[in-house]
Amino acid sequence: MPDARFFPHVLLLPQVVHAGFPSPGDDYAEPSLNLHDLVVPHPNSTYFVRVSGDSMNGACIRAGDIVVVDRALTAAHNKIVVVRVCEHLLLKRVQVRQRKVFLHSDPPEFPALELGQQDEIWGVVTYCVHRVR
Amino acid sequence: MRQKVFMLVDAAQFYVSCERVFQAALHARPTIVLSNNDGCIVALSKEAGKLGLARGQPLFQCQQIIRAHHVQVYSSNYPLYQEMSARVRRVLAEFSPRLEAYSIDESWLELTDLAIDDLTEFGRTVKARVYQDTGIPVRVAIAPTKCLTKIACELLKGDERYHDVLDVTRLTAEQMKAMLERVAIEDVWGIGPNYARFLRNYGITTARDVRDADERWLRKYLTVVGARIQMELKGTSCLPLEVKRPPKQQIICAKSFGREITSQAELEEAIATYVVRAAEKLREQDSLAGRLTVFLRTNPFDTGAPQYTNEFVIDLTYPTAFTPELLKRARAALQAMYRDGYRYKKAGVVLSRITPLPVVQPDLFGEVSLVDHYREMRLMAVVDAINRIFGRDTLVFAVQGWTRSWRMRQERLSQRWLSRWEEILTI
Repeated sequence: MPDARFFPHVLLLPQVVHAGFPSPGDDYAEPSLNLHDLVVPHPNSTYFVRVSGDSMNGACIRAGDIVVVDRALTAAHNKIVVVRVCEHLLLKRVQVRQRKVFLHSDPPEFPALELGQQDEIWGVVTYCVHRVR
Repeated sequence: MRQKVFMLVDAAQFYVSCERVFQAALHARPTIVLSNNDGCIVALSKEAGKLGLARGQPLFQCQQIIRAHHVQVYSSNYPLYQEMSARVRRVLAEFSPRLEAYSIDESWLELTDLAIDDLTEFGRTVKARVYQDTGIPVRVAIAPTKCLTKIACELLKGDERYHDVLDVTRLTAEQMKAMLERVAIEDVWGIGPNYARFLRNYGITTARDVRDADERWLRKYLTVVGARIQMELKGTSCLPLEVKRPPKQQIICAKSFGREITSQAELEEAIATYVVRAAEKLREQDSLAGRLTVFLRTNPFDTGAPQYTNEFVIDLTYPTAFTPELLKRARAALQAMYRDGYRYKKAGVVLSRITPLPVVQPDLFGEVSLVDHYREMRLMAVVDAINRIFGRDTLVFAVQGWTRSWRMRQERLSQRWLSRWEEILTI
């Protein structure tokens, strides 16, 4: 904003000023709820990703949904993640068995992949935005 | 005096890294990013460097290599790089309250009063956190002076043994000497190409030679600037962290056009657009400009075409940041300079003689009225506020034109992954 010292008249008032009796609630005003605060606790590490396939239907993530992916979180058993395998980004569920990390679709129609040396967990899925029809 | 500690965090091949975060297919492939108008290479991946490509190379010279090795080519996606840069910086800000944003891909943190036991380990933690949160790989150099962090970073570029983290405070005197010997005079921060040539004539070829040069001699020929660099190389900090940038003394807005322009009307649109942007920047830093320069030129590489280049300087009697006034003056400048029959490739405006806003001199003859001045500034403040809240170009000046078909060429732009819902990453 311009410095109020130099522009004493440009303050844009957020609300209309009423001339009548002041509302007794004025001093208690709080900002409204903002969905972003709930879904994006780490804005620096959060990315929105649109889902194209049906491979995670079992986790209630459907084609067209937007998932919230937080890179700051560490993947763990049963978490749904975005993972880079070779030259592709995939949406998978992590399963840890016998100290090995496997990547499953849900339902497990596709064969499970083992997380390779060159592969990398890209981020952990925290929320799914699904349009209800 | 207590020794200071600075940490330089440098995002190697930053533009390529930004593209790679969203495109797994680029992961280990040679990738280059082009300058405005897709003219030449501004950033390239290690893999592309190994193919013999280099920064600054014009695109048309590399076509053969690009085709033969399937090099991935991108236009610069500045909105993306700007946002990724801001994310990296916000992660860094969690590690120290004192941060200097030096460039889009470099920041300094001051660690002097933070009581960190193991600086090397701290550097590794910072590197890992930035990568985990943003996907951007960085190099980290820690040293008692800013100049030494720059030297260390140069070294990290060529040497993979350090795994991108180098803590100079740990080095012995002998190791320090070896490090300084490996950095050429041209790569010492603050020594320009002219000074480098000059020093080479006297046998001063590495950072170590500068450090050990005779102090009086160096001060005599390289002035106080050289003396400071020498002090910094010796480990005494004299360049403090610049947490708040001083306001710019010159604002330049100039770009090559996507195609050549042959009409005065289109040239006027382009110049008006640059004036509007430059005036916005001027007001952002609460300043007024006392001089406006407008320049234009044809394409010097098109040797067959007739060449014309000119500039027009207007000294404003009363410094201003009022866009309509600047537009009027720029239009008069173009009117005076414009010649028919040329194909114009580039134009630009420069605002200079910049003064801070509150210093408005009421003149003796009453030509400039303070009331009018404040009225103008209020109008501009409202325009700026609207464009800030509702997006750039919500309010435009009609002289900027509507189609702007001369805008820069960006044929290989990646998506706006972070700023458009229609363009977010899809997997």
